[in-house]
Parts: sequence; structure tokens; C-alpha cells
Amino acid sequence: MSSPIVHAHHAPTGFIRRYIFSLDHKVIGIQYYFLALFSVFLGMALSVLMRFHLVYPDAKVGFFETLWKTGAPGGIMTPELYLSLMTMHGTIMVFFVLTTAPQSGFGNYFLPIQIGAEDMAFPVLNMLSFWTTFLALIVMVAAFFVPGGAPLAGWTAYPPLSAVGALSGPGEGLGQTLWIISIAIFSGASLMGAINFIATTIDLRAKGLSMMRLPLTCWSWFVTAILGLLGFAVLLAAGVLLLLDRLAGTSFFLPAGLLVNDQILNHKGGSPLLWQHLFWFFGHPEVYIAILPGMGVASQLLSTFSRKPIFGYRAMVYAILGIGFLGFFVWGHHMFMSGMNPYSAFAFSVLTMSIGVPSAIKTFNWIGTLWGGRIRFTTAMLFALGFVSLFVTGGISGIFLGQPALDLYFHDTYFVVGHFHMIMGVAAIFGMFAGTFYWFPKVTARYMNETLGKIHFYLTFIGVYAIFTPMHFLGIAGNPRRYADFTNFDFMGKLMPVHTFMTYAAITTALAQFIFLFNLIWSAKKGKPAPMNPWEATTLEWTIPSPPPFDNFAGHHPVVNHGPYEYSVPGAPRDYTMQSDPA
Amino acid sequence: MAGTITTDVIGGRGTPPPPAQNFGGGDGDSGGRGAHRRASITGLLVLLAASVMFFAAFTSAFFVRRGMSDDWLSTPMPRILWLNTGVLLASSIAIELARRSLHSGQRTAFNRYWTGATILGALFLGGQYAAWRELHSAGFYLATNPSSSFFFLLTCVHAVHLVGGITALGYIDVQAFLLRLGPGKRTAVDVSAYFWHFLDAIWIFLMALFFFWG
Repeated sequence: MSSPIVHAHHAPTGFIRRYIFSLDHKVIGIQYYFLALFSVFLGMALSVLMRFHLVYPDAKVGFFETLWKTGAPGGIMTPELYLSLMTMHGTIMVFFVLTTAPQSGFGNYFLPIQIGAEDMAFPVLNMLSFWTTFLALIVMVAAFFVPGGAPLAGWTAYPPLSAVGALSGPGEGLGQTLWIISIAIFSGASLMGAINFIATTIDLRAKGLSMMRLPLTCWSWFVTAILGLLGFAVLLAAGVLLLLDRLAGTSFFLPAGLLVNDQILNHKGGSPLLWQHLFWFFGHPEVYIAILPGMGVASQLLSTFSRKPIFGYRAMVYAILGIGFLGFFVWGHHMFMSGMNPYSAFAFSVLTMSIGVPSAIKTFNWIGTLWGGRIRFTTAMLFALGFVSLFVTGGISGIFLGQPALDLYFHDTYFVVGHFHMIMGVAAIFGMFAGTFYWFPKVTARYMNETLGKIHFYLTFIGVYAIFTPMHFLGIAGNPRRYADFTNFDFMGKLMPVHTFMTYAAITTALAQFIFLFNLIWSAKKGKPAPMNPWEATTLEWTIPSPPPFDNFAGHHPVVNHGPYEYSVPGAPRDYTMQSDPA
Repeated sequence: MAGTITTDVIGGRGTPPPPAQNFGGGDGDSGGRGAHRRASITGLLVLLAASVMFFAAFTSAFFVRRGMSDDWLSTPMPRILWLNTGVLLASSIAIELARRSLHSGQRTAFNRYWTGATILGALFLGGQYAAWRELHSAGFYLATNPSSSFFFLLTCVHAVHLVGGITALGYIDVQAFLLRLGPGKRTAVDVSAYFWHFLDAIWIFLMALFFFWG
């Protein structure tokens, strides 16, 4: 922090340039955060409706008819409406929440500050990236309001269902087309974001901040950006092919002699499996796009609140790289049931298992970090611990699904639903909660309320286990996923009480999220004032005022002399050494 | 007179921007022009990586679809494609001549070569359009056959990239004619040139793809 003042940049004064079409990475980060916050409540509302329908399929709710005239005639939800809720729930959550908030939200705000830069490398591109994402969300939500409603094909949009048009069901007309267009726009936005994240991390680091001194948050954003770059390019290509099959009469994914609703289609020679390969080549790295930033946040917080250096920093970095690299070679484990050659399945299975190694390294190091630490149980820390718990739980069920012999049984059951919700859904969301509580004082100069935070944490932590643990048992019992109604199956009779339990758990957990929403808004206005470095943490964002000035370091160029996690260093004057402290 | 403008506006040999090979940041230059030049080149390389993945996805779909069923009928390659290839190669050479002129401070030569490259790029697009028309009149459309589907798709996607490239070249051209091509724009010149060569390479790859497997 000793270098001379170069020149301080000042924020533009007009409201529109400052808050709407802003080039400031901090404003853009907040914009992404609120886009994800809106999306997560929308996605959650859809899931509550689905849970309600599963338990009370014949319930007449006038409100449903008001919302969906054809989807819920007489207030009774049709199976097609259920499928469209499921599709939109998955799509909104995966793309507009899990891909958006951890990377584009937190990453945009804190990557430049943590590396000592004034802004991202390409601020205009950054702004375009946000507004393109916003446009994608508008197009996606618009699918609810077009004739036929939202699509039915799930977030994976498998053809033929997704490729043959309105013939295959309501929502498969314009709704599915809008879905594909939205995802294509989103892919473009993600590519722009990835370019910015990679160039910023490589080229804009402060003096002394070598790659091996980067906070693990920055490492995880960096690797996530690489995954996004390579993955979304392929998804975009796949989307173009699917759109051509739908609109231009090509046959990339549609085979010959396809009979849909008593009508033979005029396509020939294509293969639905081609879509699955392209989709999952993106889709599996996407899982890591969702979870890696959470791992970065968890590492940061576990170290800070244990007052100990992260255990095995280098191993953590290599584990992130290992997970990112291996993530591109395992897409086939989503397709064990597709009739693939057993030798291929074996190869995909071995590679899948091998991801357990870097994952176990991370978990071991998190526990090693906690071991013997003087742990401060703040709400942020509780969520980071919750993240580790959910990551382990969700990861272990992945070991089951990664074996072809077991997957043949578990495929398309609630076991899979339980698995991916644990690891990709709620673990990542716990990472976001942890990040929100941790960085809130930097953004607003106020603490979030700890009492409300802890109530919210315990309700949510118990709640998500209550929702998703039983799904594993249901899956083992043979409960298929993507069905709108189980009441007509004899073998499901004894399982229905479990579904009822999960529905009530889901409603309770959903309601608990309003505590968080209230806490977020209330604390921003009335929360306890926080000092510049409230958690006594070491990284660069804690060396600048809260909220940070427009150009972050007010014209200074910070100099880094220390690693990111120098806590309780023997002989040091206090139990933490800032990265920018003199050597 | 021209010499003075060259040194003032372009910077001539006197003040070349810092070289781009020094990747790695962490050098305390995160706000200066050097860092932004490096970031721009990194950004371009990253963009090219995404573009390569995009074309790789189509190419793997091409081979999977081709090997999967017996309905693949070769689409005849319009002859004009060879001419187009020559035009695009010529434009890449012109870009390099332009950059060389810029390095040796010959501003008028830079303008001439760069404008030539831009016009050749536009000619290539016109030639592609002629190739599509020729195929249409021979009865080959997007949905006629998987082979023609991929032909139209890949040439179209390449053309869309090219429109982006021509926009970049045109922007540099306008800046050059307005005498606004200062040292700060040198990065833009290099980045557009690299992107243009990349499009050239992709086109040669596509020609080989159509020639041997189309």
C-alpha cells in the first residue's frame, strides 16, 4: 500500500450510467446478485407448487386457474403443467441462479478487489454480459406467457421431445423455442463473462500477487471461467443445431420414422444421443461451474473463522485444477442407460470415480483447517460448514451413481434428484449464503443480523436435509422422477407419506428464506455498523473502506507481500497478517 | 509532412507499446497501458479458444452424424469457393503488409493495405453468398441432406464471425483515416489482425472438411 497515488477515478454522476448501464464491476456484481435473487425465489415458488401437486394432485385451487387457464382448468393442475413447472424450475435454478450468483455476482464484485485491480479488464464487455443475461432471463420467463405455455422437456431438453414442436405437447411450440433462444443468449453472456474473468486474473494482478498467492476464491472463479468458456461454447453450438431441427427441417437429432401423436414426421437419420453428448459435454462441467465458487468461498471462510492458514494451500489449488480438468472427461456417466458400449461406460466410470480424489483432498483440507482452530461460529461460518456437510453428503451419493451397474437401477429415480440437489443445488446455495454474510459488511458497511442469520441457517440446514435425504430412500424403493402423479401406482402407496413429509419440509424451508430476504433488506438500512475489516481477515478487500470507492483503491496500487491465509503466524503482532502488510 | 504525422499519430518506431509476451500479471502494472495491452491479447486468445470449441462441437457433430446413418449424400462444392479462399488468403496477406507498414511508420501504405484487406473481406462474403445461390439453384438447401445442412450451417457461422471481423477492420480503417490511430490503438490493430488470421485458418479447416468428408 506504499506506492504513490497515480490518479483516482470518480464515478459517473448520472443515475443511469451509475446504477443501470454501469461499467463499475461492483455495481454489475450487485446487479447479477439481484437477478439471481429474483430467480431463486421464482424457482423456489415453482418447486413448492410441484411439491404441492405431487401430494395433492386432485386439489382444486382457483389461483392455479387464474395463473394458467389451460394448464389448470378448473383449478386442477394438468400433468403437462407440472412438467413445465419442473422444466422452468430446473432451468432457472441452474442457469440464472447457480451459474449467475456465485461466479458473476460475487466474482464480479470481489475478484478485481482481491487482486488489487481498479476494475475488470473489459468493463464495457462486463456491462454487456450482464444485460445479455438479463435479456436471456426475460426471454425465458416469457415462455410462461406464450400460447401453450412453458416447455416440458426438462432443463436438459432432450430431443425428440424438444425438437418436434407443438405436436408433442403444449409448451413444446413457441415455449420450447424461446427456451432454446434464451439459453443461446445466456451462453453468449457467459462467454463474455468468462473472457473478462480470465483476462483480469491473468493480467491485472497487483505487484507481488503471484498466482500462488491468490486467494482460493480467485482461483475458483478463474477455473470456473475456463469451464464456462469451453462448456458454453459447446452448448451454444448444440442449441443452434436443435433450433435448426425445430425451425428449418434439418435432421441432426431426429431419427427417421418418428411417430408423434399418430403423425409420422418427415425427418430422417438423426440421433437424439448426439444431443445428449453435446449437452452433457457442457452439462457436467456446469455442475462444477455451480460448485467451484462455493468451494472457494468455503475455503476462504473456514480459514478466516478458524484463525488458521488453509491446510495445504497448494493441494487446494491443484485440486481445483484437477476437478476442472477431469470434469470434461466424465459426461458419459449421464448416459450409462443410453446403450453405450460397456467399455466406454467403464472408462467414464473410472474417470468419474477419480474426481473423488481431488474432492476428498479438498474435504480433508477443510477438516485439517478446522482442526485445532479457534473457531468463531458466525453465521457466515455456519453456512461454510453447512456447505462442507452438504458437499460430502451429495458427493457420496455420486459415487453410487458413477457406477454403471448401480446407475442402471438408480437412473431416473428420486435418488438422482436427491443427489444433484444436495451437491449442485443446496451446497452451492449455502456457498452463496456464506458469501453474503461474509462480504455484506464490505458492500454496505453494516453487519447482517446474526440472530436472524442463525435462525435462518438452522431452519434451512435441517430443512434441506429433511427434503432431500428421503429422496434417496424413495429412489432405492424405485420411485421414478419426472412423474406428475404417483397416486395411481400400487407400489407407491406406502411411499406417499414420505412425499407428504418432504412437501411440508419444502414449504417450511421455503418460508424460512423470507427471514433471509428480510435480514438482507433490513440490515442494509439498519444493521449494526461494521468496521473496515470486521472479520480480521487478510485479503485485499479488507484493506479498503466499506463500501469500496469507485476505483477500489482510490488511485493507489496495492503491493502484496504475503500469502492469502497468514493467520496466527508465530511471532506476528496480531493473529492475522494482511496480504499487503510490509514483508 | 507525412513523416511528422506518422511519428505523432502512430508513434512510429519511437514508442512501441510494451510487448505482449509477458503473461503473468503480478507486476504492479495493473492500471497502465501495458497491462491493458496484455489483457486485450489474453482476452482475444480466450475468445479464440471459445470459438475453437464452438467449431469443434459442430465438427464432432458433423462426424458423428456422418458416420451414423447411410443417408449422407455429398454436397458438390461450388467452384467459387476456391476463388473465395484465394480472396481471404490475400486479405490476410494484406493485413500483414499493413502491420509491417505501420511498424516502419508508413502511414499511407498502412491505410492502403488495411483498406484493401477490408474490401477483400467483404468480397469474400459476397463470394460466399454467390456459392449459396449456386447451391440453391442446384437444388441443395439447408434441410436437403445432412451434408448440405452442415455446409450451410458452417459457412453461415463462419460468415457471422467474419462480419464481426470486418466490423473490427472497418473501425480501424475509420480511425486511421481520421488520424486517430495513436499508440493506444496499436493493440486494436494487432488484435483485429490476429482475429482475422484466425478466421482465415478456420476457413481453410472448413474447406478441408468439405473437400475430404463433405
